[in-house]
Amino acid sequence: MSDETPDAHETQDGSHETRAELQKSGTELEIIGVRQGSFGVHGTGDTSGFGGLRRPIIMPGAATPPFGGWYDEVAERLAQGEGLADAIEKVVIDRGEITFFIRRAALPRAARHLRDDEGLRFEMLSGVSGVHFPGDEGRELHAVYHLLSMTHNRRIRLEVTCPEDDPHIPSVVDTYPTADWHEREAWDMFGIVFDGHPHLTRILMPDDWQGHPQRKDYPLGGIDVEFKGGFIPAPDNRRSYS
Amino acid sequence: MTETVNDPYAGTTESTSGPVFNVTGGDWDSIDADTLEGDKLVINMGPQHPSTHGVLRLILEIDGEQVRDARAGIGYLHTGIEKNMEYRTWTQGVTFCTRMDYVAPFSTEAAYVGAVERLLGIEEQITERAKVIRVMMLELNRISSHLVAIATGGMEIGALTVMTCGFRDREEILKAFELITGLRMNHAYFRPGGVAQDLPDGALDQLRDLVAILKKRLPEYAALCNANPIFKGRLKDVGVLHLPAVMALGITGPILRSTGLDWDLRVKQPYWDYETYDFEVVTRDEPDAYGRFMIRQYEMWESLKIVEQCIDRLAATEGQPVMIADKKIAWPSQLSVGADGQGNSPEHIRHIMGESMEALIHHFKLVTEGFRVPAGQAYFPVESPKGEIACHAVSDGGTRPFRVHFREPSFVNLQGVSAMSEGGMLSDVIVAVASIDPVMGGVDR
Repeated sequence: MSDETPDAHETQDGSHETRAELQKSGTELEIIGVRQGSFGVHGTGDTSGFGGLRRPIIMPGAATPPFGGWYDEVAERLAQGEGLADAIEKVVIDRGEITFFIRRAALPRAARHLRDDEGLRFEMLSGVSGVHFPGDEGRELHAVYHLLSMTHNRRIRLEVTCPEDDPHIPSVVDTYPTADWHEREAWDMFGIVFDGHPHLTRILMPDDWQGHPQRKDYPLGGIDVEFKGGFIPAPDNRRSYS
Repeated sequence: MTETVNDPYAGTTESTSGPVFNVTGGDWDSIDADTLEGDKLVINMGPQHPSTHGVLRLILEIDGEQVRDARAGIGYLHTGIEKNMEYRTWTQGVTFCTRMDYVAPFSTEAAYVGAVERLLGIEEQITERAKVIRVMMLELNRISSHLVAIATGGMEIGALTVMTCGFRDREEILKAFELITGLRMNHAYFRPGGVAQDLPDGALDQLRDLVAILKKRLPEYAALCNANPIFKGRLKDVGVLHLPAVMALGITGPILRSTGLDWDLRVKQPYWDYETYDFEVVTRDEPDAYGRFMIRQYEMWESLKIVEQCIDRLAATEGQPVMIADKKIAWPSQLSVGADGQGNSPEHIRHIMGESMEALIHHFKLVTEGFRVPAGQAYFPVESPKGEIACHAVSDGGTRPFRVHFREPSFVNLQGVSAMSEGGMLSDVIVAVASIDPVMGGVDR
């Protein structure tokens, strides 16, 4: 009974409601979607009796200073950089890892400051990875940078967001040449345009490929497999839980 | 100048930048030199070429024998593993990611299960024995990966004996892997919460024999190569990359350590009790192919030291659990080979089918639906034989990964091929690529 699947419009409405309700409490929540029912079953009938259940999916929220340890030092020095006073959108500390959400216009300056400042010295960019949150309205595409300071033996994460209809993020290749292939991969897989990249072309997919395969709305593909008259659906069409 | 060339295999080739020749074998004489303007030639090396470590394509602009410009084209082995993992449970993900870097599969598994365990917040609960087994497998894998690097690198410069020796010794390690995990490659042995299976009976004796064999055979590489004038002539001062360039390009592993920096995550940011093992980080002040070859050689000895310590610890922890105690995460059964030669777990089947309805429900839920991982993200770096491999895992609180990304050292290190080979000889490109030791399964994922 696939017509029981809630359509995208309904889900979005649900997300609006829940967001408004939850944000009454005053804290800014990182809601990226709504989970329905008890088991996250899509398509077939949910016989558990909890089919109407709606729960928001909330990512770890912002931390407030003092953060503790070297986190404060890094946060302060980062904010002291030229033109970086309000570059930090928020700081999230979760599972022993610190994430700085950087406003996208400030990213190149922040990266240069993080690399060159004596107290920061994040000499190495470990990688750039894209994440697509279709439910995170206005900030669907995230680019996540993992930085490593060998001088101080620290790791931090930068997260920059951009909306799907304006998928531009400034490139950091000027500061970290290693970002070259990483940004090409994020463009290839997620369609994030890294402005200022020397040659932003596809890297893993063929040059004439249409679409960006790792976006959530891009189907996995695959074909049904027949065995003795029965069909096993392709992985993305199987009954599953999420 | 536009010229159309008829190629019986590839159809028509059009070019706007000069004449195109399709020379696929030894028929270089068929090129009419009079049609060339200057000596500049763009050569497409790969993706099918025995010395490019799989399906790597190099686009080389050469002037005589000298490389003016080198570009790497990748993606020929892209299989969408990261995307596929979003459609399987967290446990099934291991089966996918182990196929990325098939020469060092345990490192990929380690990064993945490490990230999942950090997301679950169960890092403290991993049992001692599980961690020791993991470390031992990682170190054996480091030796087998370095053996492949040395073997294929040797083969590419014509040292075929090095290749046969390397694969002969690697086979011994793969036998141990097969004994412990059931498979020579694609193990899916590390699982979130521990390892899939405890060591089989008699494994420790076989591992001790393996260490003895390796101790006997590793010196052969030194005897064959270290002072060999041809070998040194081909490797010394080739593929040079100094520390600033290595850092800028994000290159890690033996290439980074060949510049003299003692950066090794096992020591600098230890995981799974690496700080309790006695071993040295190998560095060298020779940032060339020879230095990297020597580092790999000495690292095998250091890994062997760790493996020996692991065997002692495994002997001391005999019978202890290899999976987390939390029944909501731990895979329910331990496989054993039955009388029919098939692997299953008769005791567990008796329990769920005959004794406890709740156990059956629990088994069913855990195996079909999987466990839920609280929303958030984690980054877990591991020192693989090739450098820093890390998994960036994002969860939305569901039973499947929302997004997993692997920071593959082969992918990052391969960016260095341009800087290493431009300005050098064409034959040195092969040596430079071999010294990077890329595995295309990891590069393209």
